[in-house]
Amino acid sequence: MIQTVLHAGAYTLIVLMFVCLGRAVVGPSVPDRVAAINLIGTKAVTVLVFVALATGQLFFVDVALVYALVNFLTSVGMAKYIEKGSLG
Amino acid sequence: MLMTLREIIAAILMTGGVFFFLVSVIGLIRLPDIYMRVHATAKGDTLGLGLALLGAVVYLGFTYTSLKLLLIITFIWITGPTAAHLIGKSAYRTGVPAACGDIPVKDISGRENQS
Repeated sequence: MIQTVLHAGAYTLIVLMFVCLGRAVVGPSVPDRVAAINLIGTKAVTVLVFVALATGQLFFVDVALVYALVNFLTSVGMAKYIEKGSLG
Repeated sequence: MLMTLREIIAAILMTGGVFFFLVSVIGLIRLPDIYMRVHATAKGDTLGLGLALLGAVVYLGFTYTSLKLLLIITFIWITGPTAAHLIGKSAYRTGVPAACGDIPVKDISGRENQS
């Protein structure tokens, strides 16, 4: 029964990731796109944890941890690049 | 099918997390402004991922994997609002117009020009 919840949650989150990708394509300004990509990354972390629980391969949690770190670095780097025009 | 009480609590928490991600995506699509959209995505970061991974922690019990999941929750709770704040600040400094149109966009950018 918990398998049904995990699979339904993972599929729902993947559909929501594609909806966010629509905002990232359409979005009128650059910070719109960065916010949409940040939310896609957060949902990818959740999907990785759901897949780790559904398949029993618990090393996917390590992948989710590293993905969360890289997602934060991406957001900070893009925000600084938008604001100042360079990363220096 | 029979479920234990721990699995029922875990399923309720995971469903709540997915629901808050749904609310966050609706806000990202429907709200008219970058500042309101950033506000909606910060809710998805904290509440959605927090509830979903807390459900995973309840399902796993006391293991090292649940300790890693608590580490992910703590890290996202620190960095998610920080990233939303930085994105909103970069939109404000670069002069992205608001929906209501009465935000003084060039107000706080003077301190940047002196440095």
